[in-house]
Amino acid sequence: MSQTTAPQSVDASLNWLDDRLGSTTFMKRNLKKVFPDHWSFMLGEIALYSFIILLLTGTFLTLWFQPSMQEVVYNGSYTKLNGVKMSQAYASTLEISFDVRGGLLMRQIHHWAAVLFMASILAHMLRVFFTGAYRKPRELNWLIGIGMFTLGMLEGLFGYSLPDDLLSGTGLRITQGVTESIPLVGTYLYMFLFGGEFPGQDIVPRLFTIHVLLIPGLILGMVTAHMMIMWHQKHTAMPVKNQTEQQVYGYPFYPVFMAKTGAYFLFTFGVLALMGAFVQINPIWLFGPYDPGAISAGSQPDWYMGVLEGALRIMPNWEISAWGHTVSFNVLIPATVPLGIIFTGAAVWPFVEAWVTGDKRHHNVNTRPRNAPVRTATGMAAVTFYGMLWIAGANDVLADKFHLSMFGITWFFRVGIFIGPYLAFVITKRICLGLQRKDANIIGHGEESGIIMMSPDGRYSERHEPAREEKRVTILSKENTRPEAPAKDARGIPAPGSKGPLGHLRSRLNRAWTFDDIPVEEHEHGEHGEGGHGGVEGRESRPLSR
Amino acid sequence: MSDDNKDDTGAAGSEEPRRGARGGDGRREEAPRERVIRTPSPARDKELLAEGDISAPAGAGEQLDEASAKRAERVVATFFLLAFAGSVGFIAYYIGWSGRDGGMHGVDRARESNFWLGGMMALSFLALAIGVTIWVRRLMTSKPIIQERHLPAADEETRAGFNEDFMEGAVDSGITKRPLLRRTLLLASAPLGLAPLVLLRDLGPLPEKKLRSTFWAKAVEEAHKQGKKGVRLVVDGTNRPLRVSDFSSPGSMITVLPEGIEEHVPEEQVLTETAKAVTILINVPADEFKPAKGRENWHVNGIVAYSKICTHVGCPAALYEQTTHHILCPCHQSTFDATNAAKVVFGPAARPLPQLPLSVEDGYIVATSDYHEPIGPSFWERG
Repeated sequence: MSQTTAPQSVDASLNWLDDRLGSTTFMKRNLKKVFPDHWSFMLGEIALYSFIILLLTGTFLTLWFQPSMQEVVYNGSYTKLNGVKMSQAYASTLEISFDVRGGLLMRQIHHWAAVLFMASILAHMLRVFFTGAYRKPRELNWLIGIGMFTLGMLEGLFGYSLPDDLLSGTGLRITQGVTESIPLVGTYLYMFLFGGEFPGQDIVPRLFTIHVLLIPGLILGMVTAHMMIMWHQKHTAMPVKNQTEQQVYGYPFYPVFMAKTGAYFLFTFGVLALMGAFVQINPIWLFGPYDPGAISAGSQPDWYMGVLEGALRIMPNWEISAWGHTVSFNVLIPATVPLGIIFTGAAVWPFVEAWVTGDKRHHNVNTRPRNAPVRTATGMAAVTFYGMLWIAGANDVLADKFHLSMFGITWFFRVGIFIGPYLAFVITKRICLGLQRKDANIIGHGEESGIIMMSPDGRYSERHEPAREEKRVTILSKENTRPEAPAKDARGIPAPGSKGPLGHLRSRLNRAWTFDDIPVEEHEHGEHGEGGHGGVEGRESRPLSR
Repeated sequence: MSDDNKDDTGAAGSEEPRRGARGGDGRREEAPRERVIRTPSPARDKELLAEGDISAPAGAGEQLDEASAKRAERVVATFFLLAFAGSVGFIAYYIGWSGRDGGMHGVDRARESNFWLGGMMALSFLALAIGVTIWVRRLMTSKPIIQERHLPAADEETRAGFNEDFMEGAVDSGITKRPLLRRTLLLASAPLGLAPLVLLRDLGPLPEKKLRSTFWAKAVEEAHKQGKKGVRLVVDGTNRPLRVSDFSSPGSMITVLPEGIEEHVPEEQVLTETAKAVTILINVPADEFKPAKGRENWHVNGIVAYSKICTHVGCPAALYEQTTHHILCPCHQSTFDATNAAKVVFGPAARPLPQLPLSVEDGYIVATSDYHEPIGPSFWERG
C-alpha cells in the first residue's frame, strides 16, 4: 500500500542537505510531532498569519509610499483634491490608492490585517489566561506574547500615522500632547521625537523607519522565539481523554497538522482579501490632508487604541501647578495607569499565582476556567475594566446613536470602571463555583436522563445515569485543592513560608484562592458530601423532590 | 530539541474503530434504550462538547470507503480548479482589463479594480483553503498518535557538569582572580551604554522658550514697527483679512490666523506655525458675554478670540454650540464656555483656552498682542 522509499528527487535533495547539515535526524524527530487539537488553539495562528500577510502587503506598499512631509500641490487622479497642498506622504498614498493597480486592495488588506492581528492576539491571550496555559514551564512565552501585543499597539499607531491624513495627524497630535505632559523630560522628548515643534518635517520619515524596520524586526524575532519555544515545549492540551501531563495525544504534524494549518493560512488570507475587496477601511481621500486646525467629529482610533482613548476621555481634569511646574494628571494617569495595570498585572500574574498556590509543578494540560475560580474571576474583572475603558472611547458615538447625555455617559464610566470589575469578579466566581457544584453532582449522582420512573409504591423519580467516559475525564481533570497546613501548628510554631508579613499575605491569599473549592470526586459507594445519596455506578434513581 | 517520537499507535489505535464509527449513522442503534413518550430526549444523545474537542479526519484509523473517497476527491479537485480559475481570473483581469483606456485613474476605476482583483484573490485563497480542509477531513488516513512529554530540565549530573565547566572556564580565563582586570573591563563597558543616548541628542532642538510664544507675537511686533495697533486676522482657508462688519451676526464661529503666516514664514514652517497660532473667533451676544477681569477690552462688541488648540492634548477645539455657547473638542469632549473666558465646563481639560486680545483698526479686527500664556497642552515647565 504505502511506498517505503521517497521519490528519487525528494530523497536525493534530502540526502544532499543531510550530508551537510545533519538535517534528517531533526526532521525524523519532528515530522510526526503531535499537535493536540482544539478550536481555540487556532487563535494564535490567526495572529501569526495576519503578521505574515502584514509583512507581504506592507512590503508592496513601501514600493510606492514616500515617507516625506515635503509639501506638494496635488494634481492627480483623485480630482476632488486637485490643487490642494499636501505632504508627499499623503499624495503618494493617494497614488497607491488610485493609480497603482491593486494598491487600494493591498492598503485595505494591510489595514484589516493589522486590526485582525491585534484582535487575534488579544483573543489568544485570553484563551491562554483562562485555561492557565501560561503556567510553568510556559511563563516565558506568556511574557513574549505581552511584549508582542505592546509592540503591536505602537506599530499600529505609527502605521496609522504615516499617510498624513486628517485622522492620522490628529492621532499624532494626541501622541504629542501626551508626550509633552510627562514630568521633567516631556518637552525634551517631544522636541526630540518631532525634530522641533509639532508637526515639523521629520516625524513621518522617522515613524516610517520605525514602522517598517525596527518594530517588525523585533516582532519577527519574538514570533520566532515564541514558535520555537512552543515547538520545543510541545503545545498544551485541553483536559480531555488521552491527554495527560506525561503524554500528548493528537494528529501528527505531517501530514494532518501541516495541511490544516496551511488551509488556515489560506482562510485567513482569503477572508482578509474579501474584506480588502468589499469592506472599505480608512478612506484617507475622504478625510483630506492633515491640517492642524481641522478635525471631524466622531474621530476614532483603531480599536486597539480605544482603551487609551477612553481613559483620556473619562479622566477628571486634575492638574497641579506649583513652584513653577505643572503636572497634568488628567493626561498622565489615563496614558499610563490603566494599561500599566493590565500589562504589568498580566506579566506578573503567572509568578504571583505560583507563589500564592505554592504550585511549582509543570503543567501541560490546561485547566477548565471553572476549576480556577479566582483566576477566571480576575480575568473577567480585567476584561470588564478594559472593555469599559474601550467603550468609553466611543462615548460621543454612544451619546449620538442612543440619544444619551454625554455627561451622564462619562460619569457612568467614571464610576463603572471601579464597580464593574468588582461585580464581574463576584459574579464570575459564583458562576464558576456553580459549575463546580454541577460537575460534582454529575460525578456523584450521574446525569439526568430525562426518564421518569414510577416505583412500585407509586413514587416518581428521575433516573440518573453515569456520564459518558469523555465527559467524566474532562470533569475529573479538576484538581481538588488540598488545605494547606495551618499557619501555626498546635504549639504555636509558624509553618515555613508563612512567617513575616509576606508569609501572612501569602497564607491569606492562598486561603482566598482555595477556601470555597468544591471537591469533585468519585465515591466508591459511600456517602456523598452534598446530597447524601450514594451510587454512581449503577442506574440508581433519586426522588424528584430533591 | 529533545523530542523523540514514540508513537504509541497501538494504544490509541484500539480506540479508533469506536471513534471512527461515531460520526456514522450506527451510533443511535448502538445503544437502544427505551424512551418514554413525551419526555425530553435523553441527554446522552446530545452532542457533547468534549466530543468536538478533537476534530478528526473522518477516515482516521479505518479503511476509506473507496466510493465515498472518490467522491471526496472529486469535490476537492473541484475546489482546487475553482482556485485555479480565481488566480487565472486575477491575472486575466489585470492584463486584459485593468489597464484599458490608458490605465486606472480615479475613484470608479480604482473601485472596479479593487472588486475584481480582491474578489478573484479571495476566491482563489478560499477555494484552496476549503479544498485542503475537505481533503484533511475526508481523505487523510492518519491516525491520532500519542507522544511522551518530557521535563525540559537537564538531569543533576549534566547540571553539575555544566557548573564545573563554567567555573573551570572562569578560573582559566583569570577573571575571578584578577580583580583589576575585571573592574577595568566593567568600567570600560559602562560608558558604551551611554554613547548611543548621546548620539540621539541631535534628533531635535531643545525646547527653550519655543512653547511660550506663537506667530502672533512676531506678527504683532511687525505691525507695531509699522506704527499699527496690531495684526489683522485672516480667515483660515481664504486668507482674507476680516472686518468687524464681516463678522457681525451673533452666534457664529470662524477659524482665523495672523496675517502673513503664509507669506512671511518659510514654507516648511507654515504648518508648524499654524498648529500653534490657529485661533477661533466667536461672536458672543453682548448680553450674555462676561468678560474676565483684566480682559474687559480684549473683545470687540462681543467678538472674542480663543486658541483653537485644546489645553488637554492639543486637538482642535472645533465645535461650537450656538445655543449654549459651548466650545467642544471632538477628540475627548472637553467643553469650554465661550461667554466666560473659555472656562472648562466639562471634560478632561484642566485649563481654559487662552484668549487673544482683540481690537479694531480701520474697520478690521486686529490682535494687539500674542497670547499671554502658552497655548495647547500642559507641560512641566509651563508653571
